[in-house]
Amino acid sequence: MTPFTTITGTAVPLDRSNVDTDAIIPKQYLKSIKRTGFGPYLFDDWRYLDPGDLQTDVKTRRPNPDFVLNRPEHRGATILLARQNFGCGSSREHAVWALANYGFRAVIASSYADIFFSNSFKNGFLPVVLKADEVEQLFQAVAADAAQRITVDLPAQQVRIDGGAAFHFDIDALRKDRLVKGVDEIGETLAHADAIKAYEARRRQAAPWLFAQ
Amino acid sequence: MAGKTSGRTLYDKLWDAHVVKDFGDGSALIYIDRHLLHEVTSPQAFEGLRLAHRQPWRLAANLAVPDHNVPTEGRAQGIKDPVSKAQLDALDENCAAFHITKFGLMDRRQGIVHVIGPEQGATLPGMTVVCGDSHTSTHGAFGALATGIGTSEVEHVLATQTLVQKKAENLRVTVRGHVGPGVTAKDIVLAIIGHIGTAGGTGYSIEFAGEAIRALSMEGRMTVCNMTIEAGARAGMVAVDDTTINYVKGRPFAPRGAAWDAAVVAWRDLHSDADAHFDREVVIEAAGIEPQVTWGTSPEMVVPVGGRVPDPAEEKDAVRRNGMTRALQYMALKAGTPMTDITLDKIFIGSCTNARIEDLRAAAAVARGHHVAATIKQAMVVPGSGLVKEQAEKEGLDKIFLDAGFEWREPGCSMCLGMNPDHLSPGERCASTSNRNFEGRQGAGGRTHLVSPAMAAAAAIAGHFVDVRQMQGEAA
Repeated sequence: MTPFTTITGTAVPLDRSNVDTDAIIPKQYLKSIKRTGFGPYLFDDWRYLDPGDLQTDVKTRRPNPDFVLNRPEHRGATILLARQNFGCGSSREHAVWALANYGFRAVIASSYADIFFSNSFKNGFLPVVLKADEVEQLFQAVAADAAQRITVDLPAQQVRIDGGAAFHFDIDALRKDRLVKGVDEIGETLAHADAIKAYEARRRQAAPWLFAQ
Repeated sequence: MAGKTSGRTLYDKLWDAHVVKDFGDGSALIYIDRHLLHEVTSPQAFEGLRLAHRQPWRLAANLAVPDHNVPTEGRAQGIKDPVSKAQLDALDENCAAFHITKFGLMDRRQGIVHVIGPEQGATLPGMTVVCGDSHTSTHGAFGALATGIGTSEVEHVLATQTLVQKKAENLRVTVRGHVGPGVTAKDIVLAIIGHIGTAGGTGYSIEFAGEAIRALSMEGRMTVCNMTIEAGARAGMVAVDDTTINYVKGRPFAPRGAAWDAAVVAWRDLHSDADAHFDREVVIEAAGIEPQVTWGTSPEMVVPVGGRVPDPAEEKDAVRRNGMTRALQYMALKAGTPMTDITLDKIFIGSCTNARIEDLRAAAAVARGHHVAATIKQAMVVPGSGLVKEQAEKEGLDKIFLDAGFEWREPGCSMCLGMNPDHLSPGERCASTSNRNFEGRQGAGGRTHLVSPAMAAAAAIAGHFVDVRQMQGEAA
């Protein structure tokens, strides 16, 4: 997994709450059997004026000039700003793959849906939780200057508006450690293979019906 | 091992029984008893296994079925969409290569993953159940700890039979007393979501309790638990009682003989202790719940059928007000409109929320002897599984639906999310028994109103929303 330490970049302000994973990556793209290539379809219904699918060349489609992601001043941004309950709905990890594939490395919001939140950490993508008023300050900073640079510093657990305020964020110690090191979680769990086998042996005694073929 | 020895909630008990290793920071390695797979969220997980040269940890824990992409008509002719076909082929190839049990497209047991698990007895009380689908919460109806997971976690479960999980807090939602006639499990859960909000359950496991929940059949409890995720909680559950045990008995994957007797003894303990501590309690009076209809683009945007589309101007919170305004614009609705004035283009009766036999019976009871309104372009009934379809046909429900002008389809997720050919066109308005009314959920530009099966059938006949209790009153 791609490690995450510190990034500095510009941010796209997506001023909506309850952004669901259907909006992040619509259903027709979930037919892909790959982990890559979802970036061009991120926020597809909002981003384009015409419909699309995996077989349509995105270059032939008409971008919605009013959608924030398409504004020239937000090109190349690596941070997404949003409001509460970001990533609600479906468990599709394609939502995180689309955000990361587009070029985002982190999202900053006041809260997240649980499944999206945990999916993020498996992909070197950091969902930062700040207080609603701190998120508001970031929205204001970006509204004042789209080129405003923002730093997300995971080791220091800090979001800094360059030349402005800094905000502390909380994160689970284990999750932080795994993200900073870019740990292969399956490999890490398989180091506990003996504990899993011992559990199975105990459980097979207590509840044999769970192990029927 | 961590965990309290007395005063534990159902969730505490399920958690404690599955801890392989406690990491001491509120997270633990949790053992997974049942892993359900479908074609959409598994291909990348199998690819990951292959790249790392890993094998599934315990084959018998896995059960796979295609459901999201499957066509609901003309199945014998194969799948027309080459991209959907590739995904179904990938599931076939992966299950064959790794020796995972799969009910194929033409198997009579094929259906929506959250319908077939319980139907087969593959979901049992006391289990941890996971699936790469957020509506896995459905299985919590059995006193199981059931959660939706992402594809990386699908791969993790395949490879290790475990997941690293953070323990959630305990929230009990008690629905006190009894609901009135014509009020269903779907109305109960929509009312709960309307009350606590779409993020109200975030960070919690929800236990649904109270007389109104106890009075529900297993299918009703599944409908309630199914939509737990729409309240933000990853897991919802109901304590085991006779209703649970009677439902499970005799199902193909359920234990038999002495194993059954031992299992029942263990399952009888799957309830919260009387002195269990809940971090949060919500109490709702069942008598106050009316048939519900959503008006917006989030399941929390819901009102009783006798209500009106709310006015954003009355909302004080600016972020919420913006959300409401945007939702009204997307839904092309005016504040103050009576819900019963809203006319529909399409009707969808189906999904993992409401496509079981009791749902179809409820819809058929309303449709019987009536006809779908001339203004309705399409009214579809999509059974949750091949076995549900067989049962419905045995009871003559298919005939009732067909006579009333509904289409009778093959089982699958269908228009709940429109990955297959069943979807809404831009601007079309649908009364749907599914679980999400998000923008574009049923098709780009489509407008979804969530309702119960009886309410959907009533709307099909009237051409607009109508309080099903009035129609039921006429029939009686």
